[in-house]
Amino acid sequence: MADTKERKLPAPAVSAETQAYWDAAAKGKLLVRKCTSCGEAHHYPRTICPFCFSDKTEWIEASGKGTIYSYSVMRRAPVPYAMAYVTLAEGPRMVTNIVDCDFDKLKCEQPVKLVFKPTDGGPPLPMFTPA
Amino acid sequence: MSIKGKAYIAGIYEHPTRLAKDISLAQIHAQVAKGALDDAGLSKDDVDGYFCAGDAPGLGPMSMVEYMGLKPRHVDSTDTGGSSYVLHVGHAAEAIAAGKCKVALITLAGRPRAEGMATGTVPRSRGGTPTPDEPFEFPYGPTVVNMYAMCAMRHMHEFGTTAEQLAWIKVAASHHAQYNEHALLRDVVTVEEVVNSPMISDPLHRLDCCVITDGGGAIVVAAPEIAAKLKRPKVKLIGAGEFVKTQMGGKVDLTYSGARFSGAAAFAEAGVKPSDIKYVSIYDSFTITVLMQLEDLGFAEKGKGGKLVADGNLIAGTGKLPFNTDGGGLCSNHPGNRGGLTKVLEAVRQLRGEAHPKVQVKNCDLALAHGTGGSLGLRHGSTTVILERE
Repeated sequence: MADTKERKLPAPAVSAETQAYWDAAAKGKLLVRKCTSCGEAHHYPRTICPFCFSDKTEWIEASGKGTIYSYSVMRRAPVPYAMAYVTLAEGPRMVTNIVDCDFDKLKCEQPVKLVFKPTDGGPPLPMFTPA
Repeated sequence: MSIKGKAYIAGIYEHPTRLAKDISLAQIHAQVAKGALDDAGLSKDDVDGYFCAGDAPGLGPMSMVEYMGLKPRHVDSTDTGGSSYVLHVGHAAEAIAAGKCKVALITLAGRPRAEGMATGTVPRSRGGTPTPDEPFEFPYGPTVVNMYAMCAMRHMHEFGTTAEQLAWIKVAASHHAQYNEHALLRDVVTVEEVVNSPMISDPLHRLDCCVITDGGGAIVVAAPEIAAKLKRPKVKLIGAGEFVKTQMGGKVDLTYSGARFSGAAAFAEAGVKPSDIKYVSIYDSFTITVLMQLEDLGFAEKGKGGKLVADGNLIAGTGKLPFNTDGGGLCSNHPGNRGGLTKVLEAVRQLRGEAHPKVQVKNCDLALAHGTGGSLGLRHGSTTVILERE
């Protein structure tokens, strides 16, 4: 089955606001931004909480556990890939890919775990594979 | 202040082309503007408000204002993707109600087919300064089709919606398109043909996807005192609503669209309910888009949209809720990958009694047009208008 080994992934554009997220990704860690005022975690990470608008937000390290909220296998691509939203154990749902698996056996609510895949000249991308 | 009854759709025009190899983008904008003004019985010099979106060449409205020789005292280039032009109808009415203009022109044009654009299947970066979301999405390969497909996948998971139910939406559109001489696809298709067409991105097949076409269209919105002097049937705007739905900081819910809020606002302003509506123009980038919007607008309970659209219920003449009687984006036209404007056009044709006789809804005095622009699965702008024949 096709996986990201054959797929060239573009490098994400890193900004000062998200540098720590990508530095952590380079070390194999997924960070989530959490608000110390309202206690909510969010994704993608922002310095000002999108729920309560407090600027008291901090990085926490995600457990790397999650479940597939939804997915779609992009068949009409040079190398088919599985687009997905994964619900992190910490709460937020994130855009990602499901990799290293049989795409035909994917299901909503399936447990998945964190892996990283290299990009073309940038930090690696957090992705998920069946747990 | 309400816009109810403050503005009328005085003129409409849809470019007949579906492939514009030898026509420039600006030229299409001007051609459709001319067509809509001719339809209204107005001239360029009557236009004092101009509305366009991101498909117009240049910065906001300025290049097209210059190209067409307009002298607007009110402009608005709000862009919510393909739904922009439905939104512009509401904004034009607001401007008219506030005395900022009396004749508002809205134009749309695009040439993705002539330019060989792989609209739905290739991830696109907008270039320039990345949007804040882009680093967390673009590298993963989001395309138009796979993000809508994820909505369909979740809808199927939560509510048991089937590929066959989605296929009925395309089947209904194809029944209508056979009577539209300008439609790109005029062959009537069956449920079997839809579900057996190639899978593009699970669970959406090729025939669940709209067409890629060139062309455009225009709308003239006029103040009541202007509309009263014109010879065309009078189509009055009685309600409008808009909403931007997002990933909500990670509280993503793919089972509903912003139509839940734009529709509620439009119905409240109009003082009517879904069961009063005789005809609906519903944005049909994909079959799933139609199903979710119909639920969110209140034509079916959430999760029951599959039953509503099945068995030909959307087909004019036999079904209970005739939709997109021009063949819609699924079969006729999706000019510039932006289908909102053509939704308003067919609603106006229905209210005027000028739809094709084979698909004209009897006594059509109340219609709704709704658009979804951007990406249903990422972030989108939902816009709704309710129109009444006077």
